[in-house]
Amino acid sequence: MKYICLGYMNEEIWETIPESEQNKFMDDCFAYDQELRKSGHMVGGEALEDARNAATLRWNGAKVTVTDGPFAETKEQIGGILILEAKDLNHAIRLLSKHPSLPAGRGGGSWEIRPAADLTALMVESQKRQNK
Amino acid sequence: MQNSPENIHQHLDEIYRKESRRIFAALIRLIGDFDLAEDAMHEAFKAGLEQWGIKGIPSNPRAWLISTGRFKAIDHIRRQSRIDPLHSSLLREFEADFSETSGLSDTEIKDDVLRLIFTCCHPTLSLKARSAMTAREVCGMTTEEIAHAFLVTPSTMAQRIVRAKAKIRETKIPFEVPPVHELPHRLSAVLQVIYLLFNEGYYASSGESVIRVDLSEEAIRLGRLLYDLLPEPEVMGLLGLMLLHESRRHARTSRTGDLILLEDQDRSLWNSDMIREGLSLVKGAFLSRRAGPYSLQAAIAALHAEAKSPGATDWPQIAGLYDMLLRINPSPVIELNHAVAIAMYKGPEVGLRQIDDILSRGELKDYHLANSAGAEFCRRTGRIEESKKSWERALSLAKQVPERRFIEQKLHELEM
Repeated sequence: MKYICLGYMNEEIWETIPESEQNKFMDDCFAYDQELRKSGHMVGGEALEDARNAATLRWNGAKVTVTDGPFAETKEQIGGILILEAKDLNHAIRLLSKHPSLPAGRGGGSWEIRPAADLTALMVESQKRQNK
Repeated sequence: MQNSPENIHQHLDEIYRKESRRIFAALIRLIGDFDLAEDAMHEAFKAGLEQWGIKGIPSNPRAWLISTGRFKAIDHIRRQSRIDPLHSSLLREFEADFSETSGLSDTEIKDDVLRLIFTCCHPTLSLKARSAMTAREVCGMTTEEIAHAFLVTPSTMAQRIVRAKAKIRETKIPFEVPPVHELPHRLSAVLQVIYLLFNEGYYASSGESVIRVDLSEEAIRLGRLLYDLLPEPEVMGLLGLMLLHESRRHARTSRTGDLILLEDQDRSLWNSDMIREGLSLVKGAFLSRRAGPYSLQAAIAALHAEAKSPGATDWPQIAGLYDMLLRINPSPVIELNHAVAIAMYKGPEVGLRQIDDILSRGELKDYHLANSAGAEFCRRTGRIEESKKSWERALSLAKQVPERRFIEQKLHELEM
């Protein structure tokens, strides 16, 4: 089963961390990602650019509007996404609990785990509707 | 006639009462779905009612009911897979999964109950959801009973349970006992639920009667069950704590339902069997040298239980235990209790200073017991006007009818 993990971080705090600590953090994260990849548990993932580089698209009732900034202006923003392949939720929690960004605290921080939704049944139905 | 319909009926009723939770837990392991397992169990009991009269009562009724339930579930999935092809892969997986005789031993079924407890108390479920799921699936209470106990409508409670089951299914929370290194964290989520069920029954956060007996009894039963399955120090501590509180149940309220404070209780009404059992559990928890917050609270309750009269209470030791508790678990409520314990042997002036200090930080200013304690210490130091003000503030915050009556009585005494 696939679990999408959203890593949240506080960018303001991150910028105050000395470079040597930032480097150590990145080294640890890369090493753990590699470990997850080798064991076949990491099936995808990306680090994200700063939230200030985000753009948000909305429908205003008549047309699409584009605004600068992230969807929600909160202190903690998504800093990276990881797609895990795990046996079940406990397994996913176990894998992610060892992620070095967690004890690093400070700029790194919290992970939200969301199971990928299985839309197979919905797709089958949709296909049937289109074939009519 | 040994196999008369009445006999069979009675026999099955008894098995249902004693074994249905174990059968249910085993079926969840085999079937992997709460609703399907519940339907399968009821169908198995129905089949027993129809077949045992003719074929005789099986030598191991529990195993018979589990394997019958399992076949009923396979039948069900088979019917579904004819309608919906997505089910056929599930069916193959499912049929391949178990052999005829596996997993029906006593130990395996004991583990099933433990798995069920840990699944219902998974930390990714809210405390409310965990409590509802545990009361329903582990204790076997009906949705209506749980709704009544938690003072919500049955439809609200039903929705809470449906959502929790959906979360278990959709996020794939496994049916398993956590490995040893995860146990402390996972166990604390279980103990929190049991203690919430107990307190909801014992202190009934709002409403007419101080004690809602059913929930407290269920919580103690659950504590015993968990102790039997997993004799960890904190499980002993919690069970001891509940028993020591429960031992005072009859002394805690008057015949008219009014609250009686610990120091005014008739100690001959305390249940000595429960106290004895509670004390020995507390001792066991401390001997393990891994006593945690529940064991510490139980030790405090034990010191009260051992005091022959209010004057004989070992307040210095109680204050010491609160101090230890504060170090593990800093909280203003524990700080308040610590202050009260100190005041009991150092005098109300000392207590009052500490309570004022806690209240001035604002954390407990809306907590009726903090205001009540302040009011009582003011009275004892002769500050009647201040005492009245604090009682009035406590009255404006208390929600439970007997507690309100108690405060009104205190105010009335000050007026005289």
